[in-house]
Amino acid sequence: MERCRMVFSGSGGQGVITAAIILAEAAVLHEGLEAVQSQAYGAEARGGATRSDVVISDATINFPKVIQPNVLVCLTQASYNKFSPIIRPGGMLITDSRYVTIQKKVDARQFELPMHRSVMDKIGKPIVLNICMLGAVLRLTDLVRAESVMNVLKRRIPSGFLQINQQALDLGMELAGEHGV
Amino acid sequence: MSDNVKFVQGNEACVEGALYAGLNFFAGYPITPSTEVAEALSSRLPQKGGKFIQMEDEIASICAIIGASLTGHKVMTATSGPGFSLMQEGLGYAIMAEIPCVIVNVQRGGPSTGNPTHVSQGDINQARWGTHGDHAVIALTASNHQDVFAITVDAFNLAETYRTPVVLLFDEVLGHMREKLTIPDPGQIPLVERLWTSVKEGVDYHPYLPREDGRLPMSDFGGVHRYNVTGLFHDMWGFPSADPGVVHGLLRHLVDKIYNNENAIARYKEYYMEDARTIFISYGSSARSALHVVEYLRPRGVPIGLLELQTLWPFPSRIVREKCADAQAVVVVEMNMGQILNEVKTAVDRPDSVYLANRIDGTLITPTDIRNILRVIQGKGV
Repeated sequence: MERCRMVFSGSGGQGVITAAIILAEAAVLHEGLEAVQSQAYGAEARGGATRSDVVISDATINFPKVIQPNVLVCLTQASYNKFSPIIRPGGMLITDSRYVTIQKKVDARQFELPMHRSVMDKIGKPIVLNICMLGAVLRLTDLVRAESVMNVLKRRIPSGFLQINQQALDLGMELAGEHGV
Repeated sequence: MSDNVKFVQGNEACVEGALYAGLNFFAGYPITPSTEVAEALSSRLPQKGGKFIQMEDEIASICAIIGASLTGHKVMTATSGPGFSLMQEGLGYAIMAEIPCVIVNVQRGGPSTGNPTHVSQGDINQARWGTHGDHAVIALTASNHQDVFAITVDAFNLAETYRTPVVLLFDEVLGHMREKLTIPDPGQIPLVERLWTSVKEGVDYHPYLPREDGRLPMSDFGGVHRYNVTGLFHDMWGFPSADPGVVHGLLRHLVDKIYNNENAIARYKEYYMEDARTIFISYGSSARSALHVVEYLRPRGVPIGLLELQTLWPFPSRIVREKCADAQAVVVVEMNMGQILNEVKTAVDRPDSVYLANRIDGTLITPTDIRNILRVIQGKGV
């Protein structure tokens, strides 16, 4: 497989770092892949644009950071403004259509998905926006199975919350499907 | 997948290694980027009947582990640069009183409070010479979580074997990044347990009288034997002495027990070294970037290799000299102003062929950084 380098970005509290950890953990524990996850700490991670890097591969990963992501997720305008210039040519950009207005075209496949609106309409709890985003990433990259992500969630969150997470994951996958996979 | 496989931060890998080695006492004061070590142990240690104490500062932390070690426990503290500065006095005491303990320094940018949330490898020489007086020290590091685990176990083993503090010099990138860790089964990595004295109760025990093999058996302080422990030069009873013969003998012993075992303490890994004409020497997270470059250039026909050091102190001079004997260029990749560079220059036959590839801005040195520096060294320009 091609090594996949991803950056999840947004503002603190949107759960982009948690989503990155869940995805990487699913790849390692349930797909037999190698994965490395890291994140920005410090002032730049408070408010503004926070970021988490994930590298997934079937071979050993030495350099753990992402310089040019194949997949860039931006859940806020600030994170889009900051990180869209670093996307790898030919890569994939996933944004939330409520929070981000695409300002200029980059050399990437762009998916403006109504994730926040759909989560609020269908589930009513913004807390699962990050899992909806993860569903879209799963569908668009085909690296990790939804079942593997759910297995990670089962260990990490109270059972009462599993259903809305499953719904959010499915929703993200549907949204990505509708937008031309 | 088995429960032995985990996806964890480097700080957690260190915790798993310490618990595997038999850690049962931790005292510390949380500081970024080492905090997760204390955080994880605050729940894990009580679960296995061990003790976790959050102290008022780093001076108290190292003093607490020294005391606990004397009573027979395997002990550890964890900190970062500013806390490691405060611990220097206690580190010297543990060296002088020959008390096994493990001190983790997850390095961040310095000097002073520096760059708390960003990576650096600036404390290498501090680990060696931060505490005053002539002495020897063991300092180890690693570049991935499996090795962080194993080297942490090793740190406890070496601390017990040589009755000395061992410093683990990790860094912010390793401490915070997450990757796979497979916990070995119990017994898979051998453990060195405390060497207790066979002297019975009621019989005089000399805490600083070596056995024939040079090792010093211990007796749990507060147990059946009365003895003294001091930071002053001391005789075989542990009582202060300024007798020139005692002072000379003890200092020589403290240095010799480490330096006479330089090769036995040396841990290192070799990648593509067989026919390498250009050799990277690196350690910790920067070794990952160096290895990335080696694995990029090798398929393109460049004879390049990596010598990854895991033992930094005592510096494995003889091994470095031997491995670099046929190299045209030796490039030290580190995130400081050349702390290991100077050791390498001293070790090799041709110091003029040793170069520094560094980055000091709180960012992990990238493979591109290294390749650009390599081009300049090779006379190819940027």
